[in-house]
Amino acid sequence: MKRLVQIGFVVLLALLWQLATLGHVSPLLLPPPAAVGREFLVLLQTANFWPDLRVTLFELIAAFLIAAFTGSAIGSAVSRSSYAVRVFDPLFAGMYSIPAILLFPLYVLFFGLGPGSKIAMGATIAFFPVVLNTITGLSQVDRAYVAAARSMGASPIQMFWSVMLPAAFPVILAGLRIGLISGFLAILGGETIASFSGLGHRIVNLAESMDTARMFANIVFVMLVAWVLNAAVSFAEARGRRGIA
Amino acid sequence: MSPTAARLAIIVAMLAAWEAGVRWFGNPLFVSPPSRVAVALLDLAGNRDVLAAVARTCLEISIAFALSTILGVGLGLLVGLHRFTRGAMYPVILLLYAVPQVTMLPLFVLVFGIGMVSKIAFGVSHGVFPILMTVAAGVQNIEPILVTSARAMGASRRQILLAVVFPHALSSFFTGMRLGMTAVLLGVLLAELYVSQAGVGYFTTMFTQTFQPQNLFALVAVLAAIAIMLNALCRWAELRFRANV
Repeated sequence: MKRLVQIGFVVLLALLWQLATLGHVSPLLLPPPAAVGREFLVLLQTANFWPDLRVTLFELIAAFLIAAFTGSAIGSAVSRSSYAVRVFDPLFAGMYSIPAILLFPLYVLFFGLGPGSKIAMGATIAFFPVVLNTITGLSQVDRAYVAAARSMGASPIQMFWSVMLPAAFPVILAGLRIGLISGFLAILGGETIASFSGLGHRIVNLAESMDTARMFANIVFVMLVAWVLNAAVSFAEARGRRGIA
Repeated sequence: MSPTAARLAIIVAMLAAWEAGVRWFGNPLFVSPPSRVAVALLDLAGNRDVLAAVARTCLEISIAFALSTILGVGLGLLVGLHRFTRGAMYPVILLLYAVPQVTMLPLFVLVFGIGMVSKIAFGVSHGVFPILMTVAAGVQNIEPILVTSARAMGASRRQILLAVVFPHALSSFFTGMRLGMTAVLLGVLLAELYVSQAGVGYFTTMFTQTFQPQNLFALVAVLAAIAIMLNALCRWAELRFRANV
């Protein structure tokens, strides 16, 4: 019954969409769903999304690597002393609450319209969840574990690899996941605002040339990419959590 | 040194390093030391067009936030209180929430034009979901024993809603408002940066393209300050009303 209601709701939306395009809404603003489906198939068949997809994925990987390394390094350095945690944690949390997209005009000025400014934007946005979760994860390790390991004569390296990291790993992984997804969104945003390549730029181009059916097809494609990314990361997170714990 | 004092010292040290670095190594076409940004801030305060743009953006944020709250709370109650609407709408809402909304930005501009309306609409599209989800969750997560005992004592459905459900959902309502505010800020600023004819986005683009980094930095600082204040206000409201319940 529940399924039926859900499917009914989706079908109703699609019907309304189709009806709206039959009426007075210009196809320039809202193309009929059938046209979008056709364009989507064309998009998949011709596979001409590769150059833009490659640019976006390259930017995402570069930004994520920067954020993951700096974030986890700074986070683990800070978490070594509880005083440093009390100093830096509110500082990073405060900076995190500023919409970082404001920096984008500055990044365009520094790094140009190419991938550089998007990598910087994505890295900035992804950095904060990584660093905050690293600090939280490492500073919340149960003191009993640490005391037990120390009394059994663990070296600092053993302490980190065998005690601190496994205990903090789920929290750090969650930070990395949030960082990757929000970095992806930031990169798409940057490409939408100012760029000459990438998936975001592709959608803008189609919108500005009033090719709405193709634009919708590309939006669906980006949704698909985001969905695959999300699924892959959730899978990796579940595996990583099981693997180390 | 107390953590707060250490934090202030770090911020001052960063500003000093920025000042020194830019004065000695920076290209004045691209970066600006804080002292010149402070001077530019005074300049901008006397510039009527910039003030109007900032006021306009504040207005966009307020309208978008008000609309997101009304829509989010209304839909959240609808989804949270009735089993039928929840079954029908919740998966669809989750699906919409998972869409990378930046990809829709050109569409919003196509439909709502390049004026204020598209910024407000895009802000609402960001803000409505967090509010909706938190309100729906807050209304649902009431301890069943409270509802059961109210019903056992002969309360009508209306009385249960007014005396049990709403007071307990109040804190989640304020949490939703805070999350919604963060999202609205992001949406409005993204739309402003994408295209703008008289808002702050117009001036950020203009300052970037005419190489006036001191003005660009100053404007970004003003917007960051507004964002910090709005976030602090929401956090304050959340803490205050949570304490009351």
